[in-house]
Amino acid sequence: MHEMSLAEGIIQLIEQHAQEQNFSEVTLVHLDIGKLSNVEVDSMRFCFDAVCENTIAQGAKLQITESPGIGWCMDCEKQISYQALYQPCPDCDGHKIQVTGGNEMLIKELEVN
Amino acid sequence: MCTSCGCSHGEARVEGGAISHEDSHEHSHSHEHSHSHAHEGKHKHHHAQGNDIHFGKGAARSHAPGLSQQRMVQIEQSILSKNDQYAAINRSLFAKQNIFALNLVSSPGSGKTTLLTTTLNALKNSISLGVIEGDQETANDAERIRETGVSAVQVNTGKGCHLDAHMIGHALEKLSFDEQGLLFIENVGNLVCPAGFDLGEAHKVAILSVTEGEDKPLKYPDMFHAADVLLLNKVDLLPYLDFDVELCIENAKKVNPNIEVIRCSATTGEGMQAWYQWLESHRVELFNKQLAPLKVQIAEIEKVLAQKILSQKVTTGAAH
Repeated sequence: MHEMSLAEGIIQLIEQHAQEQNFSEVTLVHLDIGKLSNVEVDSMRFCFDAVCENTIAQGAKLQITESPGIGWCMDCEKQISYQALYQPCPDCDGHKIQVTGGNEMLIKELEVN
Repeated sequence: MCTSCGCSHGEARVEGGAISHEDSHEHSHSHEHSHSHAHEGKHKHHHAQGNDIHFGKGAARSHAPGLSQQRMVQIEQSILSKNDQYAAINRSLFAKQNIFALNLVSSPGSGKTTLLTTTLNALKNSISLGVIEGDQETANDAERIRETGVSAVQVNTGKGCHLDAHMIGHALEKLSFDEQGLLFIENVGNLVCPAGFDLGEAHKVAILSVTEGEDKPLKYPDMFHAADVLLLNKVDLLPYLDFDVELCIENAKKVNPNIEVIRCSATTGEGMQAWYQWLESHRVELFNKQLAPLKVQIAEIEKVLAQKILSQKVTTGAAH
């Protein structure tokens, strides 16, 4: 359930930006959650709704983009699609893979009033 | 969690008191931190109407009827950025004091605390040691650690499933610990959540006992991916178990090709020397890594000084 503390972290950042950028209501929150980021998207939705109550993001729509995982196979020396950390390289079946994308969890943008 | 500094609402506790500010959200933030907070604590939570200058709240209540104030705000900020800021503060504190900090992660029952007490007993006469113990509840583990004579602080996370960097900052205030040495942070027994939270440590150390399944690295890939070394513990029990060590290591390397593996038993002492050697070599490696940019700086300063000094000479009137 670390999604709960991540959701709380989102509210923290939103409230910080509300002060800095002078808005008082958030109607949409756009997140980018990478496939390899150790975040369960459904759990994040549930926790987000729970922590938004009585905040400026109460009732805000949550839009989540799930970025695909990308890896670099060190043996093939090329980029591969990499959707789970235990997955082998689709070409050489090896596991010498470096994660190069899809491990981010970002707040992309907010729609605010 | 307190939205100003990440303090929890009375759930997380550092031994001897709550981390939180008793839920009073008008606090002016004067903790006795040795690390600084990235805020001034003057804000109010939720709808900071007192300070906001806004003309109505959105389209329907706009000061110019019909003119929508709805807008998009680009953020592009990591959800963990707050935690990462605290981790950076911890890390610079560790660097300043020459503390080699390790984050020990495992599932409950892997033998983390026994491995830790064995380690402390073996090393306590040669180097200063400190421990931060994370558990949901009870101070049992910190008490076990203190029996070895090493200073320990218990952090109870309450409903929380992991330690975060802010809790560590508070725990460090309570820890009586000499400058330089080893700091072990024993995380909450959980192979999922602690993987994502940087505490400012030099390395994550995963502990897996042979009484667990050899496919654990595949079942919980994030943790084994985040760790730099895997201690395969309780190897003294192998004769009684159907556990394939090679398969387990192969699985760990599938999720993390760079992971180092040390087979050990905290109860019989088997393999523990290899673990101590790992500690020493990586401690020195970190020290050298921190030293490298300083050496570059010193060289720069020497160069500038030399130029300045040599540009003038003590001489008797070369001028005509």
